[in-house]
Amino acid sequence: MALDPVPFVTGRAVFIPGADIDTDRIIPARFMKCVTFDGLGEFAFYDVRFNSETGEKTAHPLNDPRFTEASILVAGVNFGCGSSREHAPQSLRKYGFNGVIAESFAEIFYGNSTTLAMPCVMAGAADIVAIQEAVEADPTVEFTIDVKALKVRSSSGLNIPVTMPDSAREALLSGRWDPIQELLDNESQIEKKARELHYV
Amino acid sequence: MGKSLFQKVWDAHTVGTISDGRTQLFIGTHLIHEVTSPQAFGMLRDLGLKVKFPKRTFATVDHIVPTVNQDAPQDPLAAEMMQALRKNADDFGVTYFDLASGKQGIVHVVGPEQGITQPGTTIACGDSHTATHGAFGAIAFGIGTTQVRDVLATQTLALELLKVRRIEVNGDLAPGVYAKDVILHIIRLLGAKGGIGFAYEYAGDVFGRMSMEERMTVCNMSIEGGARCGYVNPDAKTVAYLSGRPYVNMSDFNATAARWLSFASDADAHFDDIVKINAADIEPTVTWGISPDQGISISENIPDPATAATPLEKASIEEALQYMKLAAGSPIKGVKIDVAFIGSCTNGRISDFREVAKYIRGHKVAAGVTAIVVPGSQIVAIQCEQEGLPEIFRAAGFEWRGAGCSMCLAMNPDKLVGDQLCASSSNRNFKGRQGSPTGRTVLMSPVMVAAAAITGSIADARELFTLEIPAAVA
Repeated sequence: MALDPVPFVTGRAVFIPGADIDTDRIIPARFMKCVTFDGLGEFAFYDVRFNSETGEKTAHPLNDPRFTEASILVAGVNFGCGSSREHAPQSLRKYGFNGVIAESFAEIFYGNSTTLAMPCVMAGAADIVAIQEAVEADPTVEFTIDVKALKVRSSSGLNIPVTMPDSAREALLSGRWDPIQELLDNESQIEKKARELHYV
Repeated sequence: MGKSLFQKVWDAHTVGTISDGRTQLFIGTHLIHEVTSPQAFGMLRDLGLKVKFPKRTFATVDHIVPTVNQDAPQDPLAAEMMQALRKNADDFGVTYFDLASGKQGIVHVVGPEQGITQPGTTIACGDSHTATHGAFGAIAFGIGTTQVRDVLATQTLALELLKVRRIEVNGDLAPGVYAKDVILHIIRLLGAKGGIGFAYEYAGDVFGRMSMEERMTVCNMSIEGGARCGYVNPDAKTVAYLSGRPYVNMSDFNATAARWLSFASDADAHFDDIVKINAADIEPTVTWGISPDQGISISENIPDPATAATPLEKASIEEALQYMKLAAGSPIKGVKIDVAFIGSCTNGRISDFREVAKYIRGHKVAAGVTAIVVPGSQIVAIQCEQEGLPEIFRAAGFEWRGAGCSMCLAMNPDKLVGDQLCASSSNRNFKGRQGSPTGRTVLMSPVMVAAAAITGSIADARELFTLEIPAAVA
């Protein structure tokens, strides 16, 4: 399956404060009552974007008109923890995000995001603050997550080293972020393994 | 140098290496439910693919099932999801434990009770609490929906090797300290992100003495500590629990049991990290915040942001206290509750209900508290009925419900309203987790939930009941 390589993504950024932002927060469970992923974008961060009693918009960064153009999400530690729901990265993708920069990620969220060609890179705490300050100072600053060079650069002059697992980087750069074709191609080895395992 | 169980199971299931360097791992057992599977079947149809080994996928319905009037959900979206699972199971030839089967329940309760969950196997499910099955010495973990597609189509996944952290708990647990307290204590110590990149091996005499159901409670919450999977080495209890279960092949069972036990970590196995915990240091533990690592013993006070070690920790405590409407530095004991919930894949098994039923006779749920009890499966419900447990709970003022995920996650009618505070035997205290964007969750053991229900506020079960150490059974 020929997929597009993702050597970098570019766009404006928005900082979402807080540690341990879980996937229930990213997409509340009631919006998972669906049999397709279509339409999840509008429900991203729904319960922190809208007051549950009045329905009015809260002071959440995603409600701030300065950040409506943002396509790169910036967060703190353990982003995407909790439930394995792919609905979370799907909703972020459909909301318009193309990449995430955080101090650290929960594993299942990370893998789900890579499979959707949404690069997630890790930056140091001080660098996250520097990005946050740059965005606050000027929301129109353009950021590039450079998967190849493992850098985050900004039009304001930031040049920050970031990390990601070698396998995720390789998958994005080679256009093999969805592994299904490679998994299918190993059919004979799969069948051999199935015969070896007593319980299969 | 010997091998850990994790390494043995990984090696036995490795198919090869794909171009990005990840291992292609054979997934021997695939469990699915109605929430994270419909899109995966949709992808299969789009790609024109079949299910590679239909006999190795098992389906049930749990998240969206109401706990009253179960087969006729009033919610049309829930009904649509149940119909989609029926159709997908039929179209692709997958075994489905539906409501009419008498075997339906929470997927992590159904797998073990059917004997589908076995030592030395790999188990995946589109559900982060799949780690539960690690109690049997399986490598079991949650996956996303695109990966559900991968398992359906190829019975394999592309995965990165994990490191292994051995967590040893030795000594004696005091009466009133349960498996739930042990795992809440571990998560408190190591943090909600402490386990990222690791599989957790739970070892030491405390886990050795635990029943299989208690081991499931511990492994279930590995993900709350950031670890995608956690396991206990298989032993005689594991074998005894599985003997005679429907999906266990009993011909040449001795050889099967010997093979299972051979997967246990070698005495000289390598571990990337070892943590030692003294059982005597563990007290009945409850959460006070919005992350499962925000826990304290029942006798401690709620943390004060003024004493936080770092600005980040200070901000986290402040955010949690504001959401939970709790006062810094005040006791957690005595905080008023509105709802009490006993159930979930963490604590919805027969031993959980037996243990609570031992102590609630002669007590009544406090006025103004709604207390619901939800068996984890139809089989657990029948066992409870045979032992007369529903009558004991009803006499004490609890509502007895049908099997499902219920109030753990708010995908069915069981939800908190407004800022209700729930004493809950479930696994997550995230903001909004129990269905109200302002609802509040305090995690604890089932006996502690019962004590809170009766007292009307968070209580020390040891002061209300005369607790004994439960007799360990397989």
